[in-house]
Amino acid sequence: MPRKTTAAQDFRRGIWRENPVFIQMLGLCPALAVSNTVLNSLAMGLATFFVLFCSSVLVATFKKLIPAEVRISTYILIIATFVTVADMTLEAVVPEIHKALGAFIALIVVNCIILGRQEAFASKNTVPRAMIDAVGTGIGFIIAMLMMGTIREILGYGTFLGFPLFGGNYEPWIIFILPPGGFFTIGFILLGLNWWERRKLERARSGEPPVGVAVGRAA
Amino acid sequence: MGNLFWIFISAMVVNNFTLAYFLGLCPFMGVSGRIYTALRMGAANVFVLTVASICAWFLNTFILPYAPYLKLISFILVIASAVQITEMTIKKLSPALFRALGIYLPLITTNCAILFMAWSQANRGYSFAEGLFFAWGAGAGLTVALVLMASIREDLEYVEIPAIARGNAIVFIIAGILSLAFMGFAGLLSS
Repeated sequence: MPRKTTAAQDFRRGIWRENPVFIQMLGLCPALAVSNTVLNSLAMGLATFFVLFCSSVLVATFKKLIPAEVRISTYILIIATFVTVADMTLEAVVPEIHKALGAFIALIVVNCIILGRQEAFASKNTVPRAMIDAVGTGIGFIIAMLMMGTIREILGYGTFLGFPLFGGNYEPWIIFILPPGGFFTIGFILLGLNWWERRKLERARSGEPPVGVAVGRAA
Repeated sequence: MGNLFWIFISAMVVNNFTLAYFLGLCPFMGVSGRIYTALRMGAANVFVLTVASICAWFLNTFILPYAPYLKLISFILVIASAVQITEMTIKKLSPALFRALGIYLPLITTNCAILFMAWSQANRGYSFAEGLFFAWGAGAGLTVALVLMASIREDLEYVEIPAIARGNAIVFIIAGILSLAFMGFAGLLSS
């Protein structure tokens, strides 16, 4: 299937317009579960980026050798291998973060973002294009993680990367670092994105007829 | 017996897989439109969780002590095969049920709740029975969360929702409120 997109479009697409978390609703488990501080979000984002990049390169390299019938299992095996590498590296280099992320590092294997990019892009494109696509999508995921992590850490602890922001009188909203806070944060981010899209549509309405709002469609 | 009961209750309500650990969010967002489909999805999950728990226990007891680095790879392989075998068995035994479950059956492979269950069962060193009750508790918890959300969403159809909240935004905010309610169970375990 020949693609009409340019390399620059492949790169930019994953970052915002087709952001894996906020627009495509993929990879929600890690985005909600370990985004309670900026540092955890960043570590999770980088680990996922690493796995996505390496798997995309490998899948794009061997795409002719992988039989179509067992391609999903092959992708899963490739991904699981790189997740094991990431898991062991994190455990050796930053044990505290490894402990905070817990089982969610292992769960990168079943992150639909990675499998989705292998199936939709890396298995049909050349190695350099797969790299560019993986970098774009990976950055999009890191941006989403950092947005969630920043909001939750600032509101939940009153700190950013551990530095206090508001002085002694700030009463932290504990709820934002607890599970409900994850749901509320992504809910309100989606509300904001929908509002923004609608406002753009209202402004464009004078000219051509509006197109449907795509933000937050079901996975 | 008391221990098994608390493992079940803990996985089902106190540390509910969906509302406290954010596991299985894809079906939670995708299949929670109708109570009927939510129940079916929950039942399919309970079945795969049971099979995965038994397989993971065997792997963890007999094979993984010799090759600990294969843990993740072997678990995901076992889950993928378990889902495949489940699919083939159901297709053979009850074609009607197979059609009813549809696409949700193969998708269970990428449901992170299954891998999480196998992973933490191994990490916590659960015995065979403990692992089984953990899996059932997790499955019951997933089903409860799915059915609760589905019943709310069925009623939501008759309510006027502000335009910017339509779609997933309102579902996430409802999930947050449900999760808030489930935090009330947190005191149950300290006793």
